[in-house]
Amino acid sequence: MNFKIALITAMALTNATAFAAEECEVPPSLTVSDIDLTRVAKAIKEQHRLDIAVVGTGSSALPPGPDGDNFAYPARLQAALLQLLPGNDIKVVAHVQARQTTAEMAADLKQILATEKPALVIWQAGTFDAVSGIDPEEFRTSLSEGVDTINSGGADVDLMNMQYSPRTETMLDMGTYADIMRWVAQEHGTLLFDRLAIMRFWNDQGTFDLYAATKKYDMARKVHDCIGRALASQIVNSARLTP
Amino acid sequence: MIRGLGLAALLRWPAASANSDAVRIAGPTDAGASTTAAQRPPTAGERDLRLDLFRGIALWLIFLDHIPENVANWFTIRNYGFSDATEIFIFISGYTAAFVYGKAMRERGFVVSSARILRRAWQIYVAHIFLFTIFLAEIAYVAATFENPLYAEEMNVLNFLKEPDVTIFQALLLKFKPANMDVLPLYIVLLLLFPPTLRLLLWQPGFALALSAFVYILAWSFHLNLPAYPNGVWFFNPFAWQLLFVFGAWCALGGAQALGGLLRSRIVLTVAIAYLVFAFLITLTWYYEPLAHYVPLWLSDRLYPIDKTNLDVLRFAHFLALAAVTVRFVPRDWPPLKWRILQPAIQCGQHSLEIFCLGVFLAFAGQFVISEWSGGPLIQTAISLLGISIMIAIASLLTWYKRMEGRSSPPRAKTSDADLAGGEA
Repeated sequence: MNFKIALITAMALTNATAFAAEECEVPPSLTVSDIDLTRVAKAIKEQHRLDIAVVGTGSSALPPGPDGDNFAYPARLQAALLQLLPGNDIKVVAHVQARQTTAEMAADLKQILATEKPALVIWQAGTFDAVSGIDPEEFRTSLSEGVDTINSGGADVDLMNMQYSPRTETMLDMGTYADIMRWVAQEHGTLLFDRLAIMRFWNDQGTFDLYAATKKYDMARKVHDCIGRALASQIVNSARLTP
Repeated sequence: MIRGLGLAALLRWPAASANSDAVRIAGPTDAGASTTAAQRPPTAGERDLRLDLFRGIALWLIFLDHIPENVANWFTIRNYGFSDATEIFIFISGYTAAFVYGKAMRERGFVVSSARILRRAWQIYVAHIFLFTIFLAEIAYVAATFENPLYAEEMNVLNFLKEPDVTIFQALLLKFKPANMDVLPLYIVLLLLFPPTLRLLLWQPGFALALSAFVYILAWSFHLNLPAYPNGVWFFNPFAWQLLFVFGAWCALGGAQALGGLLRSRIVLTVAIAYLVFAFLITLTWYYEPLAHYVPLWLSDRLYPIDKTNLDVLRFAHFLALAAVTVRFVPRDWPPLKWRILQPAIQCGQHSLEIFCLGVFLAFAGQFVISEWSGGPLIQTAISLLGISIMIAIASLLTWYKRMEGRSSPPRAKTSDADLAGGEA
């Protein structure tokens, strides 16, 4: 039984890899920036290791299913980084809990920084705040303070915004929160992973039909794999590491 | 601020100055007509078609902006500066409300005019609830047909369907407002407070405007806003946006004339144009990332965030600059206002509540079509054009109805004219 699951997993992973490499490219304008991930660069160059903490909500995980965690983008990021930076000890730990506001996540940051000492924190935020209509000003303050906490805790920051979700676009005002994330990133000189724009690009290109209704996990897994890859290349680029 | 006031003054161009411009711009016939108009007292003046024209255009832009994925959005003004069609809509609504109900308050007293204002607020409330029903239908459809594990988190937005008792009640209280349905509740609150505001504006216009600015400052200093359901606050903060509405009303009641001199000044025009160019350049950096590096940090620190909820000063100033330039080049008797080609926009502006609601509905429907049949730029453009055509058709139908009613009951024609002149906010 276990063997069977492992086999299916392995097959799925191979498929996903083959798919991603060819088809979900992202234009450089969306992943290349002139912001330096100095702590990531230092960790790789001096210790040949990289600890990354992903802090996020529901859209950083794939809902319960066999081996869901292996298919979500944090795990895919780790796989992609190991491929890009062979010979380094790379670990991505996901602190993902559904239905958390940014203020709640910000409160946990200190603890995570103290116990794990990551060189990079990928902070995925905004979706649940938009869903529950958190006051945008409150959202901005929490985000801004959280970024300060991470920086003073000795880690680089990569803010990740929302998924592009065409079905809910008229019901959910993502724009306000996405703008705030852009401002906070700019204000603090930190990296932003523009998941919203990247997924919209894939949708426009026909890479994924994000409007499709399905109960299956295939597409969700592919999207997460592609996000993991795009993240990895953004991190490698911004740390000025040549793969 | 001063620069902006100047431009608003032009919106209600003082009769005498309009006259000389008319002679210069228009042919002999038009000049003659405007002389006659100039002899009338300004408050009793006929309908200022510029208000209808720009409100009509604002309604089209709001419709386009409400379809999220739409190439036609590139034509809307929010991509070229800080403010957008909402500012135009609220300002003109304040202006026309004061124009119509101010006259009523002077002629028929506080009680009768207040009763009419409140009836208008009620009509808007009913329209809002009607739109909410359509929205519920759309949401319910999506909830029943859409499933995708990728979007488990986003689907939480449908959670309110699980407790319709609470949600619908909160919607009736105007606390629960789905995306894109925030303008009408703002307008309702502004109208509910309008009777005392108007009374004060008629009595002490300067004091009323100062009080409005004071409330705006209080809203910023103490984060005043109305609570929303399930969380947060109103998307359009009434304590902040009232400033634009009251400012519009103030302009209608003589403020514009007071600012006439400022508006004709070359310096004001230069500053306004310079600010519009500056805002345009900044906006470019939002859409073309590499340009963002040319915005120095000290400047972006000061600029951002540009707060729509609380009517950021930058947005307000942008609207004022836009209005100053507009009134400068589009005088009250601007000949094209009589041209047939502009009549569709003018008619839409004259039935703004109906056309606004129709626009919100068409945006829902348009978005639905675009999503359902993968909408390329061609389909998006077609839907945008179709939507505006429907708005125009309905507006001309409403104009026809109005004319028919006017003919069948001549004694009441006068009152309904007054309504048309601005009650249709």
